[in-house]
Amino acid sequence: MNRICIANGRLFDPASGLDMTGDLCIADEKIVAIGIAPEDFDADIIIDAGDKLVIPGLIDLNARLREPGLEHKGTIVTESTAAASGGITTVICPPDTTPVIDTPADAELIRRRAKQSAHARVLSMGALTMGLNGEQLTEMSSLQVSGCIAVSNARKPLLNNLVYRRAMEYAATWDLPIFVVPNDHALANRGCAHEGRVSNRLGLPGIPVSAETVAVATTLELAQETGARIHFQTLSSARSISMIRDAQQQGVRVTADVAAHQLHLTEMDIDGFDGNCHVLPPLRTLQDRDSLRQALADGTISAICSCHEPHEPDAKLAPFPATEPGISALESLLPLTLRLVDEKVISLARAIELLTSGPAAIAGLPYSKLSPGCEADICILDPEANWEFKAAELVSSGHNTPFDRWFFKGKVSHTLFAGRLTYSPRETA
Amino acid sequence: MSAANLQLDNNNKLRHFLSIEGLSREHLIRILDTAESFLNLSDRSVKKVPALRGKAVANLFFENSTRTRTTFELAAKRLSADVLNLNISTSATAKGESLLDTLRNLEAMHVDMFVIRHADSGAAHFFARHARPGVSIINAGDGQHAHPTQAMLDMFTIRQHKGDFPPLKVAIIGDILHSRVARSQILALNTLGVSEVRVVGPKTLLPMNTRESLGVHVFNDIEEGIAGVDVIIMLRLQKERMTGALLPSEHEFFQRYGLTESRLRLASPDAIVMHPGPINRGVEMETVVADGNQSVILHQVSYGIAIRMAILSMTMQPRGETS
Repeated sequence: MNRICIANGRLFDPASGLDMTGDLCIADEKIVAIGIAPEDFDADIIIDAGDKLVIPGLIDLNARLREPGLEHKGTIVTESTAAASGGITTVICPPDTTPVIDTPADAELIRRRAKQSAHARVLSMGALTMGLNGEQLTEMSSLQVSGCIAVSNARKPLLNNLVYRRAMEYAATWDLPIFVVPNDHALANRGCAHEGRVSNRLGLPGIPVSAETVAVATTLELAQETGARIHFQTLSSARSISMIRDAQQQGVRVTADVAAHQLHLTEMDIDGFDGNCHVLPPLRTLQDRDSLRQALADGTISAICSCHEPHEPDAKLAPFPATEPGISALESLLPLTLRLVDEKVISLARAIELLTSGPAAIAGLPYSKLSPGCEADICILDPEANWEFKAAELVSSGHNTPFDRWFFKGKVSHTLFAGRLTYSPRETA
Repeated sequence: MSAANLQLDNNNKLRHFLSIEGLSREHLIRILDTAESFLNLSDRSVKKVPALRGKAVANLFFENSTRTRTTFELAAKRLSADVLNLNISTSATAKGESLLDTLRNLEAMHVDMFVIRHADSGAAHFFARHARPGVSIINAGDGQHAHPTQAMLDMFTIRQHKGDFPPLKVAIIGDILHSRVARSQILALNTLGVSEVRVVGPKTLLPMNTRESLGVHVFNDIEEGIAGVDVIIMLRLQKERMTGALLPSEHEFFQRYGLTESRLRLASPDAIVMHPGPINRGVEMETVVADGNQSVILHQVSYGIAIRMAILSMTMQPRGETS
């Protein structure tokens, strides 16, 4: 049995009100003591965490691991290893794999595969409709029983709003959250960039802000009517934020997250046709970025996700509109979030909440807490380490990132998932 | 890397020709002057100069084109280059070969210069970024982004007929939103310092925030838009735009935006009428206007050869840079 003592670190878990220097003891996959190690605790491994920050392991609400179906881009093993090196202990995958996760058997397949090989807890959303076809509801209740934490139609459209309303009513019956990527497909009209100054100049087909806001408005109206629990994923625009903020104030049960890259990049970054900045939803204006940042501070957004989409090199070796969208983002999630602390956008405590207790509450998970009896999902980081992010050195199978050669402060030194060291540069795992 | 850095070498000379964006007035004037020196060549009995002798130019057209490809071919031949025409839509990529593989294979055959037309915006930039040193890329139209050689032949036409640029008012009429020609023309006209660039069209055919995005004056009414202008550029209206929700019918487009004799009288009396071709007679303009004495449409075609000769010769890399 692995007994680990993380010694002398700053134990920081804002959601539990914990901020102290001391030891954290782990036995049997669980946290057994916090503060001072019990006298009879005989550690097999002692990790010196002096000058380090010990926080709950990160929960990522949106990461495509590419298995099953697109194993040339990544697998549960490769991508969960990347997650561990980014301090992440729980990843939640959208259901748009091949096959689609629309039956308990599909969910079970992923669960087993993850259990055998993963370096992180791999959970999945179930599909909202069969094959994501937008028409026929899945057996949501069975999907929930087999471990799906939510249902979602990922980026696929629903046939019409009647299907949407019925889906909400049915999901609400089981109090199962619906994860929504708000996008009106007709308005998005095969666009590949924010409709604005840069796309006009570059002649790139644009995606208007209304493609997102029309979907947000529809969703909010139906959520209010049906009482469904809605979680908006990867928001991109200021208008959406203000609509969601209003709805939250009126007591509608909605939460929201944002992808870390949306907090740092804007439409300007696609200039020169940089395919690594081809993402969905598209990078929008500086004003949109600033509203997203503001929404982190005021609580409208309660989680930051990676929106991880690893690709093989060929997927980005094409003219901009022909490149596949997405960023290999597991390993930049924590650095990009900590950068917001440096830039005085949010406090360190808020940053940690947005990566741990925030997403845990949205997904209804009991993980990522530093308290005795909880699963030992832990991230240890050196908050003062300055380092250069290098695309070529990413652990993920996908090296597609616009953050190559960015400098960051704060680096993961160890990750523990259920009491097991899943990342440690010096000690052997 | 921005377009400007990609298409200029350390001495600020053209190494690719991808977009008007990032080029200075001096660059554009030099292209026009060089084209002028090639202009009388077609009147000689031997229509060739040896500028590109021993060089190989490949026309890589992923989209159909007659006029642009033919004038590029003639331009390259008059510069004594060997010319290779590849109709890609029916060959390699149809078999699943990637764009980069197509480029690498032709580079391996020691092609020195690629003239590329492709349906994706940014395609020419993509080739330029991945081309070997010493290989030049000429953009013959990429998606809705740019068609800079067309814009330069239009500038050449304007200069031949109207002289200096600064006093001129220019109106561009029709489908601005989907037009790579319009985007390049607007950049060129503003770089050459004309007094006013106007765009005219219904809101469905203009980009959002056209004025701020593109630096032009916007008119929805053609009669206001062409009042007093010196140059009228009509754009081609693609037939497929008629099938969606962008326009109700060809008939109504002609009613509201067609260039008729009576509308032409609102422009400056010596205004010229241009069109990149091919013309939809009775949709964009009346036949009497297209064939009238203010029309310079056929001049545009012949100037196209001189402009493309200028750009090919100015962009060709000096010998010996690569093995």
